[in-house]
Amino acid sequence: MLKSRHLLGLDGMEKPEIELLLNTARSFREILDRPIKRVPTLQGKTVVNLFYEPSTRTRISFELAEKRMSADIVNFSAGTSSVKKGESLIDTVKNIEAMKIDMVVVRHSSPGAAHLLSQVLDANIINAGDGGHEHPTQALLDMMTIRERFGNLAKLTIGLIGDISHSRVALSNIFGLKAMGARVLVCGPSTLIPRGIERLGVEVFHNIDEVIPQVDVLNILRLQLERQKSGLFPSLREYHNFFGITRERLERAEKPILIMHPGPMNRGLEISSHVADSEHSVILEQVTNGIALRMAVLYLLAGGKSEIH
Amino acid sequence: MKFTKDVSKGQEGFQKLPEKLILKHARVIDPGQNLDDVLDIYLVNGVIERVEKIDPLNFDGEVLDLDGKLVSPGWMDMHVHLREPGREDEETIKSGSLTAANGGFTALCCMPDTMPAIDTQEIILYIKDRARGSLVEVHPIGAITKKREGLELAEILDLVEQGAVAISDDTVPVMSAEIMRRALEYSRMAGIPVVAFEEDTTMTSSSYMNEGYTSTCLGLEGIPSVAEEIMIARDIMLTEYSGSRLHIAHISTRKGVELVRQAKAQGIAVTAEVTPHHIALTEESVRSFDTNTKVRPPLRTGEDVEALLEGLRDGTIDAIASDHSPHAWEEKASEYIYAPFGVIGLETALGISVGELVHKKVLDIAGLITKYAINPYRILGLPYPAIMKGHLANLSIFDLDAEWKFDPARSLSKSSNSPFVGRRLKGKPFAVINNRQYFRSIL
Repeated sequence: MLKSRHLLGLDGMEKPEIELLLNTARSFREILDRPIKRVPTLQGKTVVNLFYEPSTRTRISFELAEKRMSADIVNFSAGTSSVKKGESLIDTVKNIEAMKIDMVVVRHSSPGAAHLLSQVLDANIINAGDGGHEHPTQALLDMMTIRERFGNLAKLTIGLIGDISHSRVALSNIFGLKAMGARVLVCGPSTLIPRGIERLGVEVFHNIDEVIPQVDVLNILRLQLERQKSGLFPSLREYHNFFGITRERLERAEKPILIMHPGPMNRGLEISSHVADSEHSVILEQVTNGIALRMAVLYLLAGGKSEIH
Repeated sequence: MKFTKDVSKGQEGFQKLPEKLILKHARVIDPGQNLDDVLDIYLVNGVIERVEKIDPLNFDGEVLDLDGKLVSPGWMDMHVHLREPGREDEETIKSGSLTAANGGFTALCCMPDTMPAIDTQEIILYIKDRARGSLVEVHPIGAITKKREGLELAEILDLVEQGAVAISDDTVPVMSAEIMRRALEYSRMAGIPVVAFEEDTTMTSSSYMNEGYTSTCLGLEGIPSVAEEIMIARDIMLTEYSGSRLHIAHISTRKGVELVRQAKAQGIAVTAEVTPHHIALTEESVRSFDTNTKVRPPLRTGEDVEALLEGLRDGTIDAIASDHSPHAWEEKASEYIYAPFGVIGLETALGISVGELVHKKVLDIAGLITKYAINPYRILGLPYPAIMKGHLANLSIFDLDAEWKFDPARSLSKSSNSPFVGRRLKGKPFAVINNRQYFRSIL
């Protein structure tokens, strides 16, 4: 059993719980390869997907996970602009809850939004990304994908590359990977590395060529193009030249490195197409695993006891 | 139909001040006269007749036994947002004054960020008119610039002539060094201080809490301490250059305190205040995502708090002021990034200050009274309400050891955005006397 009724983040989550989630996800992964990809586990449960921020991949992934589990689904998308003048978040979700629903998957631009919902609703809350804070299912599916290749996470060195300051994917990965005992390196321009990050037990680098020889995995983060406009780095060209993951850089590595990206990719910027499409890339496996992992989260929060079957 | 919170109930706190009243057995502390003794205060028609050991047999007045209580010169909260005119749903001049009395204050300064801003003499006159006859004296602080936009000086001499005790663009800084220089120079003529909100806002757009390890863990963009410190440094230099007086509002960082300490050592006319929430809370409390931890300047680190305490101890920080900032419930009950900055503080200032400063031995009780009842008046160039024969009685009476919890249902503010709800406090307001009125706190 998970300790909490909600999945708000990986901060503070301990190894046995993460292992339970990953092991359960592995069991669900098999269902996705069946001809009939559907189990009745969540029959009669209603899940609301509440997306206050645009999302394609995460929303579809959750939706498919819910459908594979036979849940009833309601989708709600709101532009962030309507938040200020329209109905408040709390009113919206209380109205939705009054329609008798069981779980809420929430994506929102404010850190703490999922936390807020967990305080005002009785439903189970799953954080699908709250601003620059956490994106726990993404980090879990990343860990699941790494574990599929390497087995034990504890002996591995993982490099998180790019905009660490604004990345909920990076933060959740750091919390999760540190709990699992992995070594974590972060690398990006000094203006995109947040203050005090080393206190989370990660090592900070600014030279990608120092990182590549040390790592088993590179998890390459999406660069938000508006960061350049706000003065955090001079140009996309310079970013690519100094931090872009290219074939030439990787060819200098002695051993193969697993290439990951949470998507959507800026090809030719943080990652070259050659690398993204190479045999070392597991970017599409991440997407497939994402469904299994989200099925596991829904299952365990709905009261599932342990690894199924 | 009953409501749990009804502002009109504040009237219950008012009790008739008897024509002749003896405050008996109180520990009377007036640091301005080095007075600290158990004495009786004899009031006739609200005026102090005698302060001494009096044999009650010789007097025919009513007796108020204050055994175990402290009587101090009336406290002033020099940093309050009253929201009238403009946001009377959040606080009015009347409700804010009642809230101040309930919290143990007999005077407050109201900040100019009303709608419209206090940038013309008409608004000063309006506030003065609304506050007329109040137990709590309301001292308006005028704007530095028209509409607080930082572009053109407001009519400062006019504002002061009608009763502004200082000028400030509070809740925003004056970003232009040129305008700030001229404001300092111009205000010198009026003999009032410039109260500065210190933050370089070019560094703080879209930021919500102190920048550092905790903001990194929470994914909330940070307000760096250096954004406050470079403005403090700038304004100290401008104050020295223009030979004026600067008061720094709600100082919050270690280096900021150090800058003020150095400036004072050089004889520059700078003073500073700190809020109770900045000494009682750190950035760690933001982990709850409670929007009542969202304040500006933000809650800082434990190291900053230590420096603020040291600043209070050694006199670098002259005053304590609540920065009482009422906000509508529905505005605070929102996502962290959308919630407005600020918390109410008039009714918890005393409890927090006594608990964090006196009981934890940062200041003695006379030291604390100095920060609330003497220095704010000195900073504004006003006489403090000394406990002295012939003076109108202007007194704050409180209990140093009473333990209690702040309950918004007993608050007289129209808003309830406090970070201290449910917190155990030691030190409680008992009553205030001023302008021939007596108000018994209902906290």
